[in-house]
Amino acid sequence: MSGMAEIAPAAPETPLQRFVRDFTSNRLAVGALVVVLLIALAAIFAPWITPQNPYDLAQLDIMDGRLPPGASSAAGMTYWLGTDDQGRDMLSGIIYGLRISLIVGIGSALIAGVVGSTLGLVAAYAGGRVETAIMRLVDLQLSFPAILVALMILAFLGKGIGNVMIALVLVEWARYARTARGAALVERRREYIEAAECLALPRWRVLFRHLLPNCLPPLIVIGTIQIARAITLEATLSFLGLGVPITEPSLGLLIANGYQYMLSGQYWISFYPGLALLLTIMAINLVGDQLRDVLNPRQQR
Amino acid sequence: MTTVLDVRGLSTHFTTRAGIVRAVDDISFSVARGQVLGLVGESGSGKSVTGFSILGLIDPPGRIAAGRVLFHGVDLVALEERELRRLRGNRIAMIFQDPMMTLNPVLRIDTQMIETVRAHARVSHAEARTRARDALGMVGIASPEERLSAYPHQFSGGMRQRVAIAIALLHRPDLIIADEPTTALDVTIQAQILAEMQTLSREHGTAMIWITHDLSVVAGLADAIAVMYAGRIVETGSVGDVLDRPLHPYTHGLIGSVPSRNRRGARLRQIPGLTPSLLNLPAGCAFRGRCARADAACASDPPATEIAAGHVLRCFHPQLEVVA
Amino acid sequence: MTAWLLRRLVQAAFVVLAMTVILFIGLHVIGNPIDILISPEADQADRARAIAALGLDQPLWRQYALFLWGMLHGDLGRSFVFHEPALQLIGERLPATLELAVSAVLLAIVIGIPLGLYAGLYPNSLLGRSAMAGSILGFSLPTFWVGLMLIMLFAVRLGWLPSTGRGQTALLFGIRWSFLTRDGLAHLAMPAFNLALGNIALVLRLVRSGVRETLPLDYVRFARAKGLRPARVVGVHVMKNIMIPVVTVLGLEFGGTIAFSVVTESIFAWPGMGKLIIDSINVLDRPVIVAYLMIIVLMFVAINLVVDLLYTFLDPRVRLEDRG
Ligand SMILES: Nc1ncnc2c1ncn2[C@@H]1O[C@H](COP(=O)(O)OP(=O)(O)OP(=O)(O)O)[C@@H](O)[C@H]1O
Ligand code: SF4
Ligand SMILES: [Mg+2]
Repeated sequence: MSGMAEIAPAAPETPLQRFVRDFTSNRLAVGALVVVLLIALAAIFAPWITPQNPYDLAQLDIMDGRLPPGASSAAGMTYWLGTDDQGRDMLSGIIYGLRISLIVGIGSALIAGVVGSTLGLVAAYAGGRVETAIMRLVDLQLSFPAILVALMILAFLGKGIGNVMIALVLVEWARYARTARGAALVERRREYIEAAECLALPRWRVLFRHLLPNCLPPLIVIGTIQIARAITLEATLSFLGLGVPITEPSLGLLIANGYQYMLSGQYWISFYPGLALLLTIMAINLVGDQLRDVLNPRQQR
Repeated sequence: MTTVLDVRGLSTHFTTRAGIVRAVDDISFSVARGQVLGLVGESGSGKSVTGFSILGLIDPPGRIAAGRVLFHGVDLVALEERELRRLRGNRIAMIFQDPMMTLNPVLRIDTQMIETVRAHARVSHAEARTRARDALGMVGIASPEERLSAYPHQFSGGMRQRVAIAIALLHRPDLIIADEPTTALDVTIQAQILAEMQTLSREHGTAMIWITHDLSVVAGLADAIAVMYAGRIVETGSVGDVLDRPLHPYTHGLIGSVPSRNRRGARLRQIPGLTPSLLNLPAGCAFRGRCARADAACASDPPATEIAAGHVLRCFHPQLEVVA
Repeated sequence: MTAWLLRRLVQAAFVVLAMTVILFIGLHVIGNPIDILISPEADQADRARAIAALGLDQPLWRQYALFLWGMLHGDLGRSFVFHEPALQLIGERLPATLELAVSAVLLAIVIGIPLGLYAGLYPNSLLGRSAMAGSILGFSLPTFWVGLMLIMLFAVRLGWLPSTGRGQTALLFGIRWSFLTRDGLAHLAMPAFNLALGNIALVLRLVRSGVRETLPLDYVRFARAKGLRPARVVGVHVMKNIMIPVVTVLGLEFGGTIAFSVVTESIFAWPGMGKLIIDSINVLDRPVIVAYLMIIVLMFVAINLVVDLLYTFLDPRVRLEDRG
């Protein structure tokens, strides 16, 4: 009986509380979230926390090129993670590189998310030929590997950070469209849509006020994982020399720059940016996995 | 009569996250040569698990928690997997509940039959194929030679069950466990198969455990009946004992719910209430929540009592009269 | 079946045609090869001569028609850089890429299937759990980073394997192959493993989940009830069903593997067509880019077709259905 007495007075959980409780049930995911937040903060406040502005060539001293981790500059600054061939402090370079990686990753994921889910919702709601056309395009897009589509687009557009983002958006939109349509088809059958339609609300209102909010959970899950994918792909393209310009290196380019020196044992120029990239991707993926477990009630925990 | 199978105090439990499921709980029965035992009970009462337990086919999280399964006097529970494998499909065969799921969809019928032959007999591929063909013919499949090279999906449900029966008969087993082999089939085919199986049992002296939830099926087929409820055998005896002189209130309920010709028009009486969850089943008679005769005594386990020779009952208050 | 094949072929032809249009328009509308290929210091006359020589003065539709016409004759233009037929350039490097991609797929099979099988049969074992955890890494780690780490460990630190190039090759069917010599194999090992990583993870997960799903099915239990040895139950009854999705997915992934070899070839300086295409994009060597993309698209379409046929062949339920 005492057990009953203990349970009774507990206040009913709000959905948010439930979400927080479910999410925090996995310690690894919480740790990953902390890492993601720290990385994001470091990227946002890069100009204030880095010892050096790695893009300002005036601050670089070529004489300090390829110093090992822990070495000091002539001016007395310590290069904790060493320097690259241009005398750039690796720590500063990595934090600024993270900034670019995150901007490109999150930016393209957001744009692709908006474009893709709008198309997906339209497909689900319009049906008929519109749906067939959109979904055919999705199928075609998804049947080609991301790297090939990105290569094709960069072959058309040329290199550069803007073009990389366009490529990423074109690579990613299809997955959102498919997810949004799938979720919308399920939600559509629910009665509140019928109710809303009975009230003779305009179609677009039904679409965005009612359908979208209920399709959001799966889209958020996909979005998180797509950010990680976008960051990986950007890094890959930059590594291949097709991405960001050499004056503003992202993580991928930093790694590429260090590659030639790695064979002669100067590992740090490639290794530390790689570690940062890895940490970012793994942390985002772990958060995404946990979000999927929490937000998707169909999947067993 | 020689006893082929003697099950003593068998218990099979599944350890799930929610708790322990006592799917089979301290059951005992035996089957003799040429005899058919009908194992009857509602869905979920543990009939299939009983069959799998005998063959040693219980996978984790399940395990045989207690009891002995004596086959020709040898305890199968204690037997090594290798030895057990020699018996399976050879001396003891089982026919599964759902013919649509029993055969591997991507293997031809001949493959699935020949492998069974050669698992227990050192014969050539050709010889095995001949045996397979003969077995198909025996269960009434027309042009067996052609049918051998077909895939399961080219067969109807009834045909597939015949194939499964043919596989069970390949090595002339001493014991066949037939798990509702006819439930999924339509009535005419059901009757046909029943008759054929009965003949087989008579002619070869095969012992059989016929699992069903339908009393009317076993009435004409079985020699003895065991009534199962929530993992326990609540009443067992000869067909005459159980069907004509039932004692357990649950058996009464089962008989009352069988549609029969001489009671046409009379409303079928359903047993009120639901089967209890087997999860963490409390002590006492599991039927007491649905039993009109239940009283305080029923909160403890009713012991198995032999009321008359071979007629065993687990109930504190046997019901002698038939409720009209 | 013939009608089905014919329809699939027509479909495939349409995809290829659509790709030629996309490629051609994409390159002409957005990129401007004149600026890149002709030195800014060249005078007007030099310019005009170069433009005429490259066919860049023709109207777009004519250029496209010429391009299509040439393609039908196996002529995809000459490289602006190498002054060699683009197709020949790619053809020279194709075997190296194919060797790498095929090795990667073989590695995925040889490593992924046994690991997946083990992880499926013993999901709670240490190896099973580690394999699963490792497969998550295999999916999410950037290929190029893993490649670098491989080089750092096996080439720089341990000095066991050479870091770049194809090594010694030997002639077979008039083509040079690395896998025929010891030195070549040593050079092939790291890039192949690097490229295989994603596929290993994929196969491992497919096989594991296939085993987990198939094991509790009735037909597997029936196979055990027939007295078959575990090796036969798993190796034939379980594997035959799992191989259908594995072969299908691996087949479809083969195109992706070829595309992804771009990254691996760049890291390990593997002289395949992936490295060529990166260099060509960097200098906008248009005919080579177009030729590469066309060849890749043709491969994709062909692979899809073959996988479809293979699927039909592997799954009897599809095979015997009328696909006309
Ligand atoms: N793997 C398992 N894990 C947990 N519980 C199980 C498992 N297998 C069977 N059970 C439980 O054992 C009980 C008996 O199941 P069983 O299949 O023997 O019933 P049945 O009498 O054959 O019913 P039906 O007539 O529907 O075939 C059921 O309550 C079921 O929930
Ligand atoms: S023991 Fe009691 S509850 Fe159980 S069947 Fe008999 S009378 Fe009913
Ligand atoms: Mg059953």
